[in-house]
Amino acid sequence: MTTTTAPTPEVPATVTAPRRRRGAPSPVRRAEQRSAWAMAAPALIGLLLFLGIPTLLAFGLSFTNARLISPSGPSFVGVENYTRAFSNDPTFVRSLLNTFYFAAVVVPVQSALGLGLAVLVNQKIRGVNIFRTIFFVPVVTSIVVVSILWTFLYQEDGLINSILGTLTGGAFTGQAWLQEPGTAMPAIIVLSMWQAVGFHMVIWLAGLQTIPAELYDAAKVDGATARDQFRYVTWPGLRPTLVFVAVTITIAALGLFVQIDVMTRGGPLDSTGTIIFHAVQQGFRQQEVGYGAAISLIFFVLVLAVSLLQRRLTREK
Amino acid sequence: MRLRRRLTVVIAAAALCLVAACGSDDETAGRTEIKMWSHSAGNPTEVEVIDKIIAEFNASQSEYVVEAEYFPQRAYNDAIVAAATAGDLPCLIDMDGPVMPNWAWAEAIVPLDLPTELTDKFLPSAIGKWDGKIYSIGYWDAALSILARKSALDEAGIRIPTRAQPWTRDEFDQALATLKEGGYEYPIDMGVWDVGEWWAYAYSPLLQSFGGDLIDRDTYRQAEGALNGPEAVAFGEWFQSLFTRGYASRTPSIANADFINGDVAMAWTGNWNAPAAIEALKDDVVFLPPPDLGNGPKIGGASWQWGISANCDDKQGANDYIEFSLQDKYIADFVDATGNIPATQEAAAQVEAYKPGGRLEEMVDFSRDYAVIRPPTPAYAVITNVFERTLKDIVNGADVKSSLDRAVDQIDFNIKANDGYGF
Repeated sequence: MTTTTAPTPEVPATVTAPRRRRGAPSPVRRAEQRSAWAMAAPALIGLLLFLGIPTLLAFGLSFTNARLISPSGPSFVGVENYTRAFSNDPTFVRSLLNTFYFAAVVVPVQSALGLGLAVLVNQKIRGVNIFRTIFFVPVVTSIVVVSILWTFLYQEDGLINSILGTLTGGAFTGQAWLQEPGTAMPAIIVLSMWQAVGFHMVIWLAGLQTIPAELYDAAKVDGATARDQFRYVTWPGLRPTLVFVAVTITIAALGLFVQIDVMTRGGPLDSTGTIIFHAVQQGFRQQEVGYGAAISLIFFVLVLAVSLLQRRLTREK
Repeated sequence: MRLRRRLTVVIAAAALCLVAACGSDDETAGRTEIKMWSHSAGNPTEVEVIDKIIAEFNASQSEYVVEAEYFPQRAYNDAIVAAATAGDLPCLIDMDGPVMPNWAWAEAIVPLDLPTELTDKFLPSAIGKWDGKIYSIGYWDAALSILARKSALDEAGIRIPTRAQPWTRDEFDQALATLKEGGYEYPIDMGVWDVGEWWAYAYSPLLQSFGGDLIDRDTYRQAEGALNGPEAVAFGEWFQSLFTRGYASRTPSIANADFINGDVAMAWTGNWNAPAAIEALKDDVVFLPPPDLGNGPKIGGASWQWGISANCDDKQGANDYIEFSLQDKYIADFVDATGNIPATQEAAAQVEAYKPGGRLEEMVDFSRDYAVIRPPTPAYAVITNVFERTLKDIVNGADVKSSLDRAVDQIDFNIKANDGYGF
């Protein structure tokens, strides 16, 4: 899974230095501020150029009937594109539902799987690095390659069906996973989690390793079982990590595109189309860039709302 | 149309482009550079011929130098649309035949200036016209055909169809049923693994053979009636039944592999898969005309053709290059390399497979007699995209009538929103 929207990095407007309470900032402080801005500048300029300006342009375009290539310029059509999306485009509504279906499954399951794997590879046993590497390899593999390979696996005469057939002694007769409306999205969910879970395993692992060993020692002295240790030491210590993992998985899940484009193209029967995929289809392949821009902006607002909600729910009391 | 491609070949061609074609050499310094984009990456034999034409053009005069850049086909259409939007198109581009009218309408390409005695020699479907003017021209066309194993048909006692007497719909269905009874899990590979333009190219001729069409060709203002009329519904139900009756797999192997491996007896595919089939099966492979599903056999016409972008600074040089490249010997080279159908008879005579008595000679007749140009309208970008999705849904079991109705709604909505595109 690829992240399409990066969370805004926090700008270090002030560098932690001994602060003065009142009055004009000292020359030292001003110099520090300048260097802080200078250091943040490359990221800020990039954000403005590739996120800020395109978002503004999309906002403008979404109120026009602009086409990608056309002999006449765009004309203003008001909110027509937005009303069309919700009242006259069943594929858009379906894409919206599919996107939330995907996120609703992937966010909790992938977070939990990542944590499970992280706990497993956090043990002090020989060869643990080999396992860490194995779980991480799909992350560094191109998602396009992964999607093409899994398309083969999911075929009617593909590896998955032959494994299931062999395991059940031939009782399971193969089906084309990506061609049935009921199984296509679950099939994509499985492969997406397989591909991305290694990344979050590493984040969880980093979180686990920030928990001081003394806490575990103390818990052991108090007679805590392994389960108690997880419940009362590990889990509370992972809270900041949880927030990060949940937010990044959510944003990536809502931006689902590549797997759909490579494997199903939104089908069968609209069962896997997502908002981003629909925006690309309408705005780019069908060249109605005004409508595509409207869809993108709806998506933008959605992601923003979900992220804010998540932040509210998980903020430190 | 689509050419067979494999991942490894794509990578090899990209590497080739890096070391060979995309470098520039010193002797061309000081000349006007003409940039060219092509979709041929992934097809090293095509790239080789184009590179040869370019090298000979560059050597033939001292004013211009053509520089080619190759893209994988899957990304190519997106790349040129993006470049056109950004006003960044190179001088020379190749375009898939059916998208050309959209480009001409949008004034992104300019008419070609070619002598009539030259263009008159070309197959009509190798020339792209809009508003009465020639905007694009190709070295070749492609033809669809049923590739079949002669031994499998003979064994099952199935009549080999001819152009004089193609299979009827009943005969075709019966042949599929007989082959399935004879032990083929799937008798035919319909090629549904592919994506994008292939769907309109390969299957809209079957729709037209039923009597339907993608759009009402009298007015070009609506799909209503053409794409959801009784003939179109009959097509959809028949096409769906190929899969529900188990005559064709919904997940065939890519690039005609099932046919080569003998897992299917027949394949609905293009002539570009013919050379590999001949090499693998020798005399056992036959190229059958498409079935007559009611309205005569039909295949898609118009393939990749060359044109000049409107923002080209050196249109004269670009036009010179296209004219130079239309020589029969280059067309013959191209056809030799790709197995496609030569656009001129003179070139055909120079190619083993297409000269009188050659293995693929009849393909030229398919192209001349059966080819239907995809609707030359700017709405085609929407039509092909909607048709692909709709037919995929139908293959996967969607209700035919309501799927087609929805497709018509989307297409007609778009045409209305664009004031009929000037029709």
